[in-house]
Amino acid sequence: MPVNFAPSADDLVRFAPETILTIAGTLLMVLDPLFARRLPKLFGHLSIAAMIAAIFAAIAANSVPGVAFSNLLVVDSFGTYFRVLVLCIGILAVLASYRYLDREQAETGEYHALILFSIMGQCVMVTANDLIMIFIGLEISSIATYVLAGYLRNDKRNNEAALKYFLLGSFATGFLLYGVAIIYGLTGSTQLPAIRAALTSPDTSLMVAGVAASLMFVGLCFKVSGAPFQIWAPDVYQGAPAPVSAFMATGPKAAAFAIFLRIFLTAFDRISVTWAPIVWICALASMTIGNFAALKQNNLKRMLAYSSIAHAGYILVALASDSEIGTAAAMFYLAAYALMNLGAFTVIIYISGKGEKHLRIEDLDGLGQRQPFTAAMMTVFLLSLIGIPLTGGFFGKFYIFRAALDSHLVWLAVLGLLNSAVAAYYYLRLLVVMYMHEPGEVTNALEAPGFTLQAALILPAVGTFFLGILPGTVLSFTQAAASFIK
Amino acid sequence: MNLLEILLVLPAVGFILTLLIPRPQDQLVRLFTLAVSLVAFVTSLGLIGGYETGKPGQQFVDNIVWIANPEIHWHVGIDGLSLWLIVLTTFLTPIAILLSWNSIKNQVKEFFAFLLLLEFGLVGVFAAWDLFLFYTFWEVVLVPMYFLIGIWGHDRRIYATVKFFLYTMAGSVLMLVAIIYLYTLAGTFDYATILDQFRSGRIGLSHTEETLLFLAFFLAFAIKVPLFPLHTWLPDAHVEAPTAGSLMLASVMLKMGTYGLVRFCLPMFPTAAHENAWWINILAIIGIIYGALVAMVQPNMKKLVAYSSVSHLGFVVLGIFSFTQMGLDGAVYQMLNHGISTGALFILVGFMYERRHSLSIADYGGVATAAPWLATIFLITTLASIGLPMLNNFVGEFLVLQGTAQANFVWTAFAALGVILSACYMLWMYQRVFFGALSETVKHHMPDFSIREWACIAPLIVMMVWMGIFTQTFLPAVSDTNSRILAQTGVGSLASAKTLGGTQLAGGHLHAR
Repeated sequence: MPVNFAPSADDLVRFAPETILTIAGTLLMVLDPLFARRLPKLFGHLSIAAMIAAIFAAIAANSVPGVAFSNLLVVDSFGTYFRVLVLCIGILAVLASYRYLDREQAETGEYHALILFSIMGQCVMVTANDLIMIFIGLEISSIATYVLAGYLRNDKRNNEAALKYFLLGSFATGFLLYGVAIIYGLTGSTQLPAIRAALTSPDTSLMVAGVAASLMFVGLCFKVSGAPFQIWAPDVYQGAPAPVSAFMATGPKAAAFAIFLRIFLTAFDRISVTWAPIVWICALASMTIGNFAALKQNNLKRMLAYSSIAHAGYILVALASDSEIGTAAAMFYLAAYALMNLGAFTVIIYISGKGEKHLRIEDLDGLGQRQPFTAAMMTVFLLSLIGIPLTGGFFGKFYIFRAALDSHLVWLAVLGLLNSAVAAYYYLRLLVVMYMHEPGEVTNALEAPGFTLQAALILPAVGTFFLGILPGTVLSFTQAAASFIK
Repeated sequence: MNLLEILLVLPAVGFILTLLIPRPQDQLVRLFTLAVSLVAFVTSLGLIGGYETGKPGQQFVDNIVWIANPEIHWHVGIDGLSLWLIVLTTFLTPIAILLSWNSIKNQVKEFFAFLLLLEFGLVGVFAAWDLFLFYTFWEVVLVPMYFLIGIWGHDRRIYATVKFFLYTMAGSVLMLVAIIYLYTLAGTFDYATILDQFRSGRIGLSHTEETLLFLAFFLAFAIKVPLFPLHTWLPDAHVEAPTAGSLMLASVMLKMGTYGLVRFCLPMFPTAAHENAWWINILAIIGIIYGALVAMVQPNMKKLVAYSSVSHLGFVVLGIFSFTQMGLDGAVYQMLNHGISTGALFILVGFMYERRHSLSIADYGGVATAAPWLATIFLITTLASIGLPMLNNFVGEFLVLQGTAQANFVWTAFAALGVILSACYMLWMYQRVFFGALSETVKHHMPDFSIREWACIAPLIVMMVWMGIFTQTFLPAVSDTNSRILAQTGVGSLASAKTLGGTQLAGGHLHAR
């Protein structure tokens, strides 16, 4: 095949979101020495503006769907959905960061540039059509996130989190690369459609393909913090700065699930009998470990870390069902999960105070009386995390277990839903301290949230209700996208 | 938008508007929520007026697509079964608001707003005709009640409310699995369509499938009822809840369980219902007797009333699983009666608590001298609760026992023990609280009813007498729907038509008496 390296105009449109993010990120680094003193808020504004522009670019790119750069990228509704999702996550994370960075006196252009680069990597991941591109995107995203995890370099906990995340993350990426190498050796290609075609031919050894799939599964399972590769998550989420934890628990996870779905449902569709049972076990293990460990936690960030492991388990249930509905359900749930999780983390950013001193559950004592607005928003997120109807969390969960039952995974559905009843207990603990305890020192000293924090609370809450009450639009989009990748 | 939907929208909009009222305006909050709940009550009277008994199927129906794929409909409607339960809800909500007028002092706005949200959820549960919608409302009800108990309850409120929430949640997730499973078979959540598909044989369930699905639904409902041995959350929740919470919990929320049994367990899984009836009835009878015995030894008035609920609800379950027209009519009638008379007991105990700040029977004595009207009203309620003829519970218990006797006389004999025991524990409590020596503390802390308190309790007393004497106001619509449900459950339509006449006859006799 003659390769033409000059990109066409359509290619450039398809790659526009990444281009915008890269330019904006680089610009932020350049502007840093100029404005760090005088206009520290400028960086945040710029990065939000860049992400809004990237959302429009992603939507524009979706009007010219197709492959770009010699099949390395593919812009389809699946990729567009995830692009918009990670960009929205980025905007909410930046909104939640203003207060935090101001409090820690750590407003720099580099923080926002790293977030933009990380999101740019995620955008590449979700539209990649080639294992090498997936790897490049994953690395761009991961390296930026490793640095972010250790952003406050004088804080011991930050350093520990960054180091752990980096070492274990590189190890996991190694597994992924092994898998890619074996697949290349087996099929002679790194392009997903080509791999799919090669695996359908009778000559290909499905055993070797299974080994490769397993290795890639390990790498990806680490990235989505699914059991048994979840060990890093609680330590890292606890140690990293709170807005970064919020971002890590949602953005990279959504993108990792996107490539999980794309690789396993397109390239490895043929060998689904091999991997589906493994996913089944990992899903159940993640839900159970996450929920039961969260019961015991007394640190808010750690508890949300375990809860995010459990939620990864729910999404793995969707993957285990290996169907179009399952894909759509996973896509929907990731959006609902991102909103409620970002919202809950934002409340933690709000109450934790300078140096994140207040992270115990009791620090929320009496929030309902002192800060009724924030408490009400937190209630929305917690009810959604529990899975109470009329919230996005419920509908997502419903849709996932519907997919599971459609694929006859009755036991997984039963155990998964019982798990969510267990989960209700630790989320209820937060509601209890917020509303049923007398206000404590921490809540008495709180000031009302400022404009950016309010926005970072209201937007996810509105989104959570929107996904719960009127899921129709998003749902039909995910269904269309899911039929497209299968 | 029909009358039923107006009734649904009113409390929901009221809830949001109440939350928007600025904080110090407590009196405005009270007046506003009372006004909303009264308008809702008047609207529900319109439902009674417009309801045509004898017309098959639901009335006041609206069926529009809520979510296109998976197909979920906003499908609401009422029949004779849900009509009176909805009216019971709207009737009790203004009373609950009036009841809490002075006793709720902190976070006033949230309290009254949650009562409206509760009303929204409860009406929705009884009006939903789509399984997904039903589940939505079923869970929505949990949230306001969780906060009502947890924020405004007594000392052990946190333990009680978390237990209440988790029990219900554990039961309902299995129901959710069953609902989704039915959807994968039938391709719809629409209750009537699913029933049609069962009847026409377009979807057939294997024996195991039917039993498991039945049990999944049954467990969710049995926890809510609560059926022995799943009742342990109830005494805690009732005792710890504020009076308005206990009222709504006992009077309406427990009926969600029995309503679910009648509406879903019987017609959708008739074979499994018949096969499992024997142990369910045994549990119901154990509940009747056990609840009564435990009530007898309670030193705490509220706990006594709570255990009496376990006993009374046993009758309802027994009536439902007798599969006779009379038993089912009695069960449904008993749901309403229990809502009125046990609700009244909780209100009266709440009044006494506000005066004396104690729920312990031992702290009272001689109240009849200090507050004669309180004593009189309490006596009427007590008599209603133990099933004195001319008052409401008699009719329900009578029908349940007669219906059960048609099915199995041994059950009746055991269940009748419960009637006797209820007379024992109620009258004994009455004696210890209202008669005997009048202590100084009680004398100074027991003023008689205020006008507001009269306004709370008088409507309930009127209803006790009305439902005891003019059964024909209520029973025909109930009987008519029940005969259809029984026909779907596999009791021959001829037989049910005959017993339908029988019930009306019984109603007539009672009337004459």
